[in-house]
Amino acid sequence: MSAKIRLATVWLDGCSGCHMSMLDMDERLLDIADKIELVSSPLMDVKGFPENIDLTIIEGAITNEEDLHKVLGFRKNTKLLMALGDCAVTSNVPGMRNTFSIDELRSRAYIENASAEQQMPDAVVPPLLSRTRPIHEVVNVDIYVPGCPPHADIIFYAISELLAGRMPDPAQMGKFG
Amino acid sequence: MNETNQIITFKINDLDVSAAAGQTILDVAREHGIGIPTLCFLKGLTPIGACRLCLVEIKGQSKLLPACVTRAAEGMEVITHSPRLQEYRKTIIELLFAERNHVCAVCVSNNHCELQDKARALGVTHIRVPYRYPRLQVDASHMRFSADHNRCILCARCVRVCDEIEGAHTWDVMGRGIDCRVITDMNQPWGSSDTCTSCGKCVHVCPTGTLTEKGVAAAEMKKRGQFLPYLTAMRGTKS
Repeated sequence: MSAKIRLATVWLDGCSGCHMSMLDMDERLLDIADKIELVSSPLMDVKGFPENIDLTIIEGAITNEEDLHKVLGFRKNTKLLMALGDCAVTSNVPGMRNTFSIDELRSRAYIENASAEQQMPDAVVPPLLSRTRPIHEVVNVDIYVPGCPPHADIIFYAISELLAGRMPDPAQMGKFG
Repeated sequence: MNETNQIITFKINDLDVSAAAGQTILDVAREHGIGIPTLCFLKGLTPIGACRLCLVEIKGQSKLLPACVTRAAEGMEVITHSPRLQEYRKTIIELLFAERNHVCAVCVSNNHCELQDKARALGVTHIRVPYRYPRLQVDASHMRFSADHNRCILCARCVRVCDEIEGAHTWDVMGRGIDCRVITDMNQPWGSSDTCTSCGKCVHVCPTGTLTEKGVAAAEMKKRGQFLPYLTAMRGTKS
């Protein structure tokens, strides 16, 4: 392969476990490193959206306006988009808040459970969307990799297939949910 | 075992098969190694055709019929696998995931769940229908067991095993449509049930993490349903 693949990884509403699992590819990261150019990632400090991304890997569900802004921006600038992990694929644990109203949630977090400075934030914290949603409910997703977190072997398989110019086989992605 | 000794012949996927009159399509298909996916079906309990996963096509009929409760008939031509059936089965699984809050990652039955197994077998990659996120209760009032309605698929295995095998009929079904729930006695906390014998049969036939033993953490609940074929055999075959 001549040109390097332009890769972005994104961290939305998730625990970062999927990114940890990526790091668990261990020495195989070195094989991948020769073939990619990392253009944006929580591991870097990049503002805005790089252009002409080949593959964007998204961890986490879409829960607030910042997440929404990011997912729309990356979708616009990427050829392929991978939903990595159960939060991105199903909304998972972040989605458990969807049975409660935003008022209930905010009151619980900032008033009932606050031992000092009980007040609702009106700046800095991005406003919550009415619901936490999996990625495919908002933008088109090309590859689904379930798991909480997906095993490093599965992530390596999915990325290797894409680097080889093939779409990964969903049957190789382990269990669903 | 069967009412008559009459033998009938029919076709499953162009394979000529014979069966005793009264046998269901599912029964005959399994005897011939043809796998039809099921979820509410459990050998040893009366089949009820609730989950619709075993729907099959029958030539000359526009309706799809559930293989677990449809008796084979002379000359019938059954198709168990087609793109249409595959699509319907996949959608059924997706609807089940969307209907309640399964959240597999934190479920005691994670990795030991029949709903997850079926999702994988049918190639589910994501849920194409909107999730409903209903607010549902967990009944942890029983000393040894708990019932998490977020994970119930209404297969009614608990209802049937409690009635047909244990003879207690503690479990039943209440409400219709999206309001449907399994309940104990007169919709009262499980721990206050006068009829429950605490035998645990319902827990071990439950295909998901709905009915579980207490004291298990995520992914630790392995169901042990082996007792059922043994018990039904000892009592004389029912179906």
